[in-house]
Amino acid sequence: MRAFDYHQVADSEQAIEQAVRRRQAKYLGGGTNLVDLMRETVERPQTLIDVTRLSRDIDETAEGGLIIGAAATNAALAGDARIRSRYPLLSRAILSGASAQIRNMATVGGNLLQRTRCAYFYDVATRCNKREPGAGCDALEGFHRYHAILGTSSSCIATHPSDMAVALAALDARIHLRGPEGERQLAVTELHREPGERSDLEAELQPEELIVAVELPPLPMAVRSEYRKVRDRASYAFALVSVASMVELDGETIQNVRLALGGVGTRPWRAWRAEAALRGQPATEATFAAAVDAELAAARPLPGNAFKVELARRLMIAALSQRLSDARNGGDA
Amino acid sequence: MSALDKGRSGDNERSGDNQPAGVALAGDYWRPEGRPDPLSEKGRIGIGAPLSRVDGAEKVTGGARFAGEFIFDGMVYAALVYSAIANGRILAIDRREAEAMDGVVLVMTHENAPRLNTPPVFLRSPNGAAGDDHPIMQTDRVHWNGQPVALVLAETQEQADAAAESIRVDYAAEPAMIDFELAKAQARQPDNVLGGPAEITVGDADAAFEAAVHRIDATYTTPRHNHNAIEPHALTLAWVNESEGEGETLRIHDASQCVDLAVASLAEVFGIDAAQIHITSPFVGGGFGGKTLWQHQILAAAAAKLADRPVRLALSRKGVYRVVGGRACTEQRMALGADENGRLQALIHSGVAAMTRHNNLPEPFFQATKCLYAADHIRLSIDVADMHMLANTFMRAPGESVSTFALESALDELADQLSMDPLELRARNEPERDPTSGLAFSSRHLLEAARSGAERFGWSERSATPGRRREGEWQIGLGCATATYPYMRMPGAAARITLTPDGATVGIAAHEMGMGTATVQTQVAAARLGLPVEKVAFHYGDSRLTGSVLAGGSQQTAAIGGAVIAAQRALVAELLALVGQDSPLSGLAPDEIECRNEGLGAIGDGSRFESYRQILARAGRSELSVEADAAGSEELANWSMHSFGTIFCEAGVNGVTGEVRIRRLLGSFDCGRILNPKTATSQFRGGMIMGLGLALMEETLFDPRSGRVMNPSLADYHVPVQMDVPEIEVMWTDIPDPHTPMGAHGIGEIGITGVGAAVANAVYNACGKRVRDLPITLDKLL
Amino acid sequence: MQWTINGQVREAEVDFRTSLLDLLREQFQLSGTKKGCNQGACGACTVLVDGERINACLALAVQYQGREITTVEGLAERGTLHPVQAAFIEHDGFQCGYCTPGQLCSAVGMAGEFERGLPSAVTQDLAAADLEWSRDELRERMSGNLCRCGAYNGIADAIAASLGKEVVR
Repeated sequence: MRAFDYHQVADSEQAIEQAVRRRQAKYLGGGTNLVDLMRETVERPQTLIDVTRLSRDIDETAEGGLIIGAAATNAALAGDARIRSRYPLLSRAILSGASAQIRNMATVGGNLLQRTRCAYFYDVATRCNKREPGAGCDALEGFHRYHAILGTSSSCIATHPSDMAVALAALDARIHLRGPEGERQLAVTELHREPGERSDLEAELQPEELIVAVELPPLPMAVRSEYRKVRDRASYAFALVSVASMVELDGETIQNVRLALGGVGTRPWRAWRAEAALRGQPATEATFAAAVDAELAAARPLPGNAFKVELARRLMIAALSQRLSDARNGGDA
Repeated sequence: MSALDKGRSGDNERSGDNQPAGVALAGDYWRPEGRPDPLSEKGRIGIGAPLSRVDGAEKVTGGARFAGEFIFDGMVYAALVYSAIANGRILAIDRREAEAMDGVVLVMTHENAPRLNTPPVFLRSPNGAAGDDHPIMQTDRVHWNGQPVALVLAETQEQADAAAESIRVDYAAEPAMIDFELAKAQARQPDNVLGGPAEITVGDADAAFEAAVHRIDATYTTPRHNHNAIEPHALTLAWVNESEGEGETLRIHDASQCVDLAVASLAEVFGIDAAQIHITSPFVGGGFGGKTLWQHQILAAAAAKLADRPVRLALSRKGVYRVVGGRACTEQRMALGADENGRLQALIHSGVAAMTRHNNLPEPFFQATKCLYAADHIRLSIDVADMHMLANTFMRAPGESVSTFALESALDELADQLSMDPLELRARNEPERDPTSGLAFSSRHLLEAARSGAERFGWSERSATPGRRREGEWQIGLGCATATYPYMRMPGAAARITLTPDGATVGIAAHEMGMGTATVQTQVAAARLGLPVEKVAFHYGDSRLTGSVLAGGSQQTAAIGGAVIAAQRALVAELLALVGQDSPLSGLAPDEIECRNEGLGAIGDGSRFESYRQILARAGRSELSVEADAAGSEELANWSMHSFGTIFCEAGVNGVTGEVRIRRLLGSFDCGRILNPKTATSQFRGGMIMGLGLALMEETLFDPRSGRVMNPSLADYHVPVQMDVPEIEVMWTDIPDPHTPMGAHGIGEIGITGVGAAVANAVYNACGKRVRDLPITLDKLL
Repeated sequence: MQWTINGQVREAEVDFRTSLLDLLREQFQLSGTKKGCNQGACGACTVLVDGERINACLALAVQYQGREITTVEGLAERGTLHPVQAAFIEHDGFQCGYCTPGQLCSAVGMAGEFERGLPSAVTQDLAAADLEWSRDELRERMSGNLCRCGAYNGIADAIAASLGKEVVR
């Protein structure tokens, strides 16, 4: 790890002021991803600005949603009684990720901006466009079991590894940003970029811009939401495929639906196509299958991750069927 | 219910009436007509007691100091730079930036490393502890992707790491054989496999196979594995002047499972006398075959010499993958030919394992097949595919762990074809004598272990037809497989017993890496000497102790036992020489003596007794120390000696996702006398859990384009976590082997064997899919 | 810089790069906390910070100034083993002992999380106010601590016993 300067700041204003002043500065949350990448020399910041003293409060919004300070730990978020009862998929997604120790350290802001686990990204002796634009990608013909089938490009197939972000994408969470130019908001589904030719550019953030909060809009249907994660061991592993799901029925018609996928996309993958194919349709297996196929039609599998197309298909259908049955048993949920 | 209750041995009820009064000297248990070791008899005090670990308190308080935690004054920290090519030459190493960095004390490369001899290689040279015979940082040659090409010493680890990262190396890469598929095409028969032939034939297996009514002919593949002990390899060392004019001693705190061999190898490397090297290794954070001698110890010692500073070198997790070999991948053909009654007529087990031209460890995947089943015609052969890679090495149950996957899966396939219960098929092929050596078995109660295991597990509930049991999304199946591992007692063991009025110390250069050696050998020595365990201290993990005992091949228990037997005889002889004419023991010969009640007594005569304290006092001695070499392991030439067991598994396969969850796992073992049911249970379970890893998730990803390991981390190389592991039941026959010390067999490795196949067979029984390629990941079941 | 470690105020000037783990091991010779992977993948370095378990390897020491840190060396009180330490010995919750300090600190942290009502990935009803102990809850919550020797059953037995919980198997 190369030497760096360290500054702890008390609020976002100070954070941005420091970031503007320093060269090659990075915001440091719990460090669970950044410190690891610095040890691998993948990240080489000259300055770390510790933003863990920023707000970690979880408050009600006027609209009836919740706003979460970016420095809230993953554990605090997952354990919050309001999240657990109103947005259970978010709790489940967080609890399905990493270990208790890491969830106690990792922050919400850091989790959103964590970087891919691609082995070639991690190993500086190999080629990676994300590390070094134009260098090439050794994953394309290498080991890519954990890699994406959706949103890929010829330069990058790395997945976004977050479970939490998948749940947030399904919830239409909004990201509150602060930068030298002031504050703005962004839908979480617009935060992460698809790689295209520049897989090094991962988030739609301006220089020195900082995530200060995540807002969950009110969403009654989320009370019966779930997150299901499939991985190579029973716990403490990244997703091969995960599905965040919720369904609202009007009689036997799907009135509203949210689906998002983890482990298959170059970014937390909101299944817009599937949702569009489901909304207003009868809640039948046939509808589910057609919707899922609509979503996965764009999949570009490679030899090592082709199984994910079938796995994602099965998981989405299973999730929809389960949500359907939950919805029919409505009052009991 | 505790694990103890599960050992259905019944031996824990020691009745005072039947309890032998003392322990006579063991005789020639290794000879066909010899007497068994008295300690192998049931009801011996202390043997079979569930003693908690003697080092437990140190381990739970953080007091146990591991190799990378010792301190020398003026110590500096090391970091390594690893090559990024698999074969070629180093053109240039740019070290300027590193040398200018804060705290950097030394940058060592092949250009300035001290001249070192090439180390002797494990199983090729009697002193060999080294993984391969490559020169170590002596030339510009690169032999594998990950080879150390530079070493940095700095005042802190952070400084050393940063300096190592700044070093730029230019290479001239040359063509490299790094694709196993290509290497296989040029596979060769090795000179030997574990010192024996690489091909073994009985009759004409190919013809018999062609003629057989029922045939299974399938290829099974197993990937590379890494040991992944949770303690990464680490050492702290210094060249010290222990006394004036004696010259320097290389003092090493290492994490080692072979202190004595390591000393001998390092002495050759540095061209010094073995007496000038002292290695201690009291605590080892897991070994599994990986903690022998690799480049990092040699480089650390060389750098310490060059810089004239003590050195701490702790490999990063990634570093362990770069410099410490793992288990080789294998491709095994299993061809079984049977008659209508399921009797094997042909048994062919052949295939190829990856290796290098610089080591001598063909993954010995036919070992289990040599002894398990009676077949009229047998052909076994192992070829090796030479690759440009870090030398492979032994990992827990080398051979058996992966070969039982092939053999025991194939038997399950044959049972299926015959519509026969898989246990019945195995029983019908139980051999009278070792089918390849023709020797009698010293102790084989496999069928008994299988029967009692089957009963306990509820094997009779298994449906012969796959896919019959379902719970929600889960399909549930049962599978079984035979486990086996050889009994071994290697030459070189010796022990010193030092007796004082307060008790005894037993010292031997053996190892405790978590197996329970320190605890069990304290129990055994106490029982043998007629002392309470509180009065016995077992010293180990120090190259200056006597003997040379490799913690490997599941041989330590027997090897130490044999040495202590010899030392007990020497001790008794010395004590008798001391007693004088006034002693009630006067005139007795050693073989008329037994150790009892903290002293010596005449066998069969309770009145003739004198305590150790009295004997020493009378002779005016404060202590008596004897040393003796263990008898040669002649038993291995007289019998076919193996441990056995049957693994039972209940697996759930998720019909939607293909996920496999192990719901139940039971191991029923026949491993001679169990010395401590508490630590034995942990050993068996630990092996079985590593077997679950092998079955379901473990795979070292070796990139065939670069020869580079691409998952050198515990995040990406999956080992089982707590959630993967069900409550594991273990039980044992507890039938002593009359031809081994204490009637015991080593049990460190057998647990991993058979598990791969038991899981694969359960998965097949659950969902009807036969997976012949490990690990059984969900994509193979979709 | 200053930390409170096992109840004692400790001071040192360290490199910003120094992890909390290396601070403990190299600066303060508290080598009970182990380095297994140095990347948050094994849990051997688990310590308690203000009562919560974290991976000390991913924690920069500088970030944890002023915090209360408890390591395995601080679990026993006045020479008396913490119940979970004693239970690990009794139930053979370890073999080589290298992952043990992390398992122990993790178990203590886990007990606190459970007392505070925090759910886990296997908690059926996340909205429920009261949690129920089960073997699966224990196993899932301890899955951040690898044990390569495979002492998992003993570890689970030891923790269950030390918590005085009848944990369904």
